[in-house]
Amino acid sequence: MTDQNAEIETFGALQDKEPQKEPQSQWREVWDQFRKHKGAMIGGGFLLAITLFVLIGPWVWQIDAKKLDIRNKDLRPIYTALWDSDARVLWARPLGTDNLGRDIMATLIAGGRASLAVGWTAMILSLFIGTAVGVCAGYFKRLDGVLMRITDLFLSLPILPLLLVAVTLFRQPLRAAFGPEGGMFILIVGVIGITSWMPTARIVRGEILALKEREFILAARSIGTTPFLIIRRHLLPNVVSPIMVSATLGLATAIITESALSFLGVGFPSDFPTWGKLLSDAVPRMEEFPERVMLPGILISLTVLSVNYLGDGLRDALDPRIRGR
Amino acid sequence: MLTFTIRRLVLSIPTLLFISLVIFLLLQLAPGDPMAQVPLTVPPEVKQKMREALGLGAPIHVQYWKWLVQFFWVEPQVLVDHWFGTAFSEGKLRVISWQTRSPVMDIVIQRMPQTLWVVGMSYIVGILIALPIGIYSAYRQYSLFDQAGTFISMIGFSIPPFFSGVLVIVIFSVNLGWFPSIYDTTHVVTDWASFKIQLQQMIMPVMVLALQTTAQISRFMRASMLDNLNQDYVRTARAKGLKESVVVLVHVLRNSMIPIVTVIALGIPSIFGGAIITETLFKVNGIGQLLLTALFANDLPMVMTLTFIFAILIVVFNLIADVLYGILDPRIRYD
Repeated sequence: MTDQNAEIETFGALQDKEPQKEPQSQWREVWDQFRKHKGAMIGGGFLLAITLFVLIGPWVWQIDAKKLDIRNKDLRPIYTALWDSDARVLWARPLGTDNLGRDIMATLIAGGRASLAVGWTAMILSLFIGTAVGVCAGYFKRLDGVLMRITDLFLSLPILPLLLVAVTLFRQPLRAAFGPEGGMFILIVGVIGITSWMPTARIVRGEILALKEREFILAARSIGTTPFLIIRRHLLPNVVSPIMVSATLGLATAIITESALSFLGVGFPSDFPTWGKLLSDAVPRMEEFPERVMLPGILISLTVLSVNYLGDGLRDALDPRIRGR
Repeated sequence: MLTFTIRRLVLSIPTLLFISLVIFLLLQLAPGDPMAQVPLTVPPEVKQKMREALGLGAPIHVQYWKWLVQFFWVEPQVLVDHWFGTAFSEGKLRVISWQTRSPVMDIVIQRMPQTLWVVGMSYIVGILIALPIGIYSAYRQYSLFDQAGTFISMIGFSIPPFFSGVLVIVIFSVNLGWFPSIYDTTHVVTDWASFKIQLQQMIMPVMVLALQTTAQISRFMRASMLDNLNQDYVRTARAKGLKESVVVLVHVLRNSMIPIVTVIALGIPSIFGGAIITETLFKVNGIGQLLLTALFANDLPMVMTLTFIFAILIVVFNLIADVLYGILDPRIRYD
């Protein structure tokens, strides 16, 4: 007997009592892969910075965005004094004021709040609808045909014209019901959410169809788990990664769509700043005050760019075929 | 393939009908009143008469049916009459705009060339720029060119047209004064000098739209080339001693173009939608600008018809993309 034991112990592979490397949780590995993507790290950092800027901004920069200061109207930003000594600048108004004397820094902060809030809410709404439709279509065979036909129909709707139609035509009643700002917010978030859930639904449905046939679902069903519980406990955690990737895409499109609507003049009321609104309001006088166009435009573009890079990095980090290489 | 095409064509009819119904109901639910601009001194019974004259008195389903008949039956007849000089549409009621009291389709046909000229040109320019970029950055993956291309196309994705448009206006027409910021649609090209003016006024809107197209298509082109470059047949082609240019530009490119052609076909309708912003920005009086003005003027027949034309474009180009995919790639079988 002792001979046999000695013989077995010579097998090198069997001597490993424990894994060579500390086992890591999945999310730890995802994070490690994500950190390697430089663009995604910068993008994520910038998105965090801009979110903090608009969230904490009003406490640090305590000028009211709506306060009119007609004596100090049309001030230029401080940096214009570098090349133009005649420019009217004021240290208390580092980015200048607009034609009614409102502080541009404060309006940018307030506008960013609105734009990001619309972007996030619309994205969450469209993810919610998309995931619900995708899960139902993938899991319940009876609903599949109907739901996918509806998805196809929505995909063939002309989105931007319909958005314009919906926003222009439903502005009045919602304003009357929820106030000018609340009504517009609900309307814009609603129409963007309702018209942008289709890609998510398709991706989620595909994933669910593949997952449904796996053994662990069979096992769960065999012990009598209800469909609702199977979806919540077993299916949804497994489709988180494609949902997260489409979330970044959704955030980017939602921000751009809101700005485009504001730009075309069907967005929020004129005293309620958003980045797109600030940009479009500044267009008629952009020859004299180019910074009023540039600043909100750059903020929109940088935010969307950082969100896109974040999505790129997330896609790489969440794909198990790429991870670890 | 033929049966598939026919089946898809037949299926697209209920899709289009459903879309038209959705748009119609959306417009019906909307509270806007075309009589809102009429002075308050006009007595209510006269207003009611005016409303009925616009066709608003009838129940919803009758209105919808009338629109369907006008759009699908009378308008094609008008077209046939126009082409062959027949008189099918004599005395039949066409879709009438509430703003101008003239047939909607006539206005659309007036506006169409401007949109097609600017949008179509930008799409072609965008594709022509995107394809070489995509091919080369896939061929030299992770090179400096590839990195730069990725970065630029990311920027193209991220800068919305209403900002890039304003940006080029500030730079090229305000500061440098090279190009006019307003597109003059009455301009007629007769000789070399007027052609130069036409070119100058087209450059900015075309480039703004083309930036987006380029960003998208060069990404797709790169991914599709990368898929094919590692295939076995590429190694075989090289082993046969074919020149590198033949391997890449004939063997790989032809296979990579299959998905790209469908992407290009699918992108055409969305570029029409995107042109709404560019047309507003550069004051091109095309279809997008027509839709916007009709919306603000509460001109429901015009809005309905235009939105439906956009929907037709989407459905038709989806169909074209699917059929092209089947024709170009014999491995794809739909039945």
